[in-house]
Amino acid sequence: MAHDHHHDHDHEHGSELSDMQLRTRALETILIEKGYIDPAAIDELIETYEKKIGPRNGAQVVAKSWVDPQFRKWLFEDGTAAIGSLGFGGRSGNHLVALENTPSVHNMVVCTLCSCYPWAVLGLPPLWYKSAPYRSRTVADPRGVLADFGIALPKDTEIRVWDSTAELRYLVVPMRPAGTEGWSEEKLAELVTRDSMIGTGVAKSPKELT
Amino acid sequence: MNGGQDLGGMHGFGPVEPEPNEPVFHAEWEKRAFALTLAMARPGGWNIDMGRFARENRPAGEYLAMSYYQVWFAALESMMKERDLVAEDEIAAGHSLHTPKKVERVLSPADVLKVLHRGGPTERETNTKPAFKPGDRVRAKTINPPTHTRLPRYVRGRIGEIERVIGCHVFPDTNSLGAGENPQWLYTVRFDGRELWGPQGDPTATVSVDAWEPYLVPA
Amino acid sequence: MNGAADMGGMHGFGPVVPEDNEPVFHAGWEGHSFALNMATGVAGVWNLDAFRFKRESLPPAEYLNLSYYGLWTRTLELMMLEYGMATPAEIAAGHAIAPFEKAPQPVTAAQCANMVRCGSPYNRPAPAPALFKVGDKVRAKNMHPTYHTRLPRYARGHIGEVVRIVGCHVFPDSNSQNLGEDPHWLYTVRFDGRDLWGEGSDPTVRVCIEAWEPYLETP
Repeated sequence: MAHDHHHDHDHEHGSELSDMQLRTRALETILIEKGYIDPAAIDELIETYEKKIGPRNGAQVVAKSWVDPQFRKWLFEDGTAAIGSLGFGGRSGNHLVALENTPSVHNMVVCTLCSCYPWAVLGLPPLWYKSAPYRSRTVADPRGVLADFGIALPKDTEIRVWDSTAELRYLVVPMRPAGTEGWSEEKLAELVTRDSMIGTGVAKSPKELT
Repeated sequence: MNGGQDLGGMHGFGPVEPEPNEPVFHAEWEKRAFALTLAMARPGGWNIDMGRFARENRPAGEYLAMSYYQVWFAALESMMKERDLVAEDEIAAGHSLHTPKKVERVLSPADVLKVLHRGGPTERETNTKPAFKPGDRVRAKTINPPTHTRLPRYVRGRIGEIERVIGCHVFPDTNSLGAGENPQWLYTVRFDGRELWGPQGDPTATVSVDAWEPYLVPA
Repeated sequence: MNGAADMGGMHGFGPVVPEDNEPVFHAGWEGHSFALNMATGVAGVWNLDAFRFKRESLPPAEYLNLSYYGLWTRTLELMMLEYGMATPAEIAAGHAIAPFEKAPQPVTAAQCANMVRCGSPYNRPAPAPALFKVGDKVRAKNMHPTYHTRLPRYARGHIGEVVRIVGCHVFPDSNSQNLGEDPHWLYTVRFDGRDLWGEGSDPTVRVCIEAWEPYLETP
């Protein structure tokens, strides 16, 4: 149905919400009655992606790459293996590629055709990543999209956009912020935001840590 | 297909609007729709390429007006109906009315983490050699299949450079039709911003896509 | 712009469904929507290219889900707002609250009848000789302006043949932004269906478009 709004939020009006609630509940009931699904498995799946798999995984990878030069080299040569060594992988993470941000190159990841995203290291994607504005504009106007995130890069920085059209999943490795010498991996991981690992943000600076 | 999902390069959607402290799911039903889709993949007998096609295979206006998980839900319903796993009258009634179909392996809670950890690797063995090597100039073909493909419209006909030979991977164009995995050599191909968008393109930007060999010809 | 209106080559909309004994207007309001737009055109507050630009810049989900005259009405609302003919409060209230300062003379029935009879020709004196002649091979540029253009996405980057020199016409890309008529030579260009749609497509198909000279280059 047409809405008089000019953005793609997933907000729903009362009647739509209850309609989807009813329909989903009805379908789940049927599938349980038919024995196609075990409801406890449904709960487990939800629990896993709500609580267990998330951007903290990726932050751990990035933090390690900042302190461990051998790991960093391995990460860029064979992302799947290096990340796998930390216990992360599997669904939407069987083929991982790490992208190095440098002072002259900034990477951004998008899936214009649907919502492919490295679940194994970042969890499920945010709504904006899956919505039309991001999917349509990032490949054509990456600087404009960065501006929507309040990021302005130098005019001569090369911007590399990666459209995830196959099963490769991309993880941006942001640059390590200044003033973090001697920090532990755990503390460094707190600076690594989810957006910095997609390429719509940069890592936090030490003073941004409350 | 040239559907509502092929969004790269489209105009008119407005700014990207991130939501602060966004929850993983915005409503209880979204959680269920998500988990049902994952849990039904094996019993349903469809592969991820079929799933993607089911989502995009609708009028563009419908695709764009539905929320993210509404599209997932619609695709789940249609795939199950197509395979006679559920019927329209059962959906209307909210209960099973007909004998269940025999299905392979129902997902148990104990298996969830194991299944997620295994994921769905798409690399396959091959005796063939890749046609292209890094540095080669290639042109993305002008193809317009009404069925599932992963070559976005905005690169078709454009010239790029092979950045990387990834490996031999399941080919979605055939796998989505149930016509076999038909693995093909897969490459990362980089395109210059101006090559894609003309003189208005950002000269500091490049776009890389992962493209299978059947999508490419030497330039 | 690459908006929802640029539908050439899109899939998923289903079959063409002709309606038997279709009335000119499906409801009274449609007739009024049509007539209001004609009348405001006569009034000369905005030009047709600007109107088309406004219509196609509707958010794609909205564009695709409005009916044909729904689009005209919505566009008229937006044009009235943009050109100061009405305020949001007036549109919501459904009547004028303040006078329209720049109001032209009220449009009369005689003026409308005259417009129907005479139309508004778009040909203009030529600023320079035509670049191309009949039989020339030309390539439609790979341009992706965010402003109004009449070069559809499906033609961009493809090589066709000039089959007719139409004349020198008002240039929509400029006129729609109120940057002046900027007339350019207009050509009918014919493309081979296989170039547009791919090697497996119907070899008997040709597609012609009218393209202004700035859209074209020598291959």
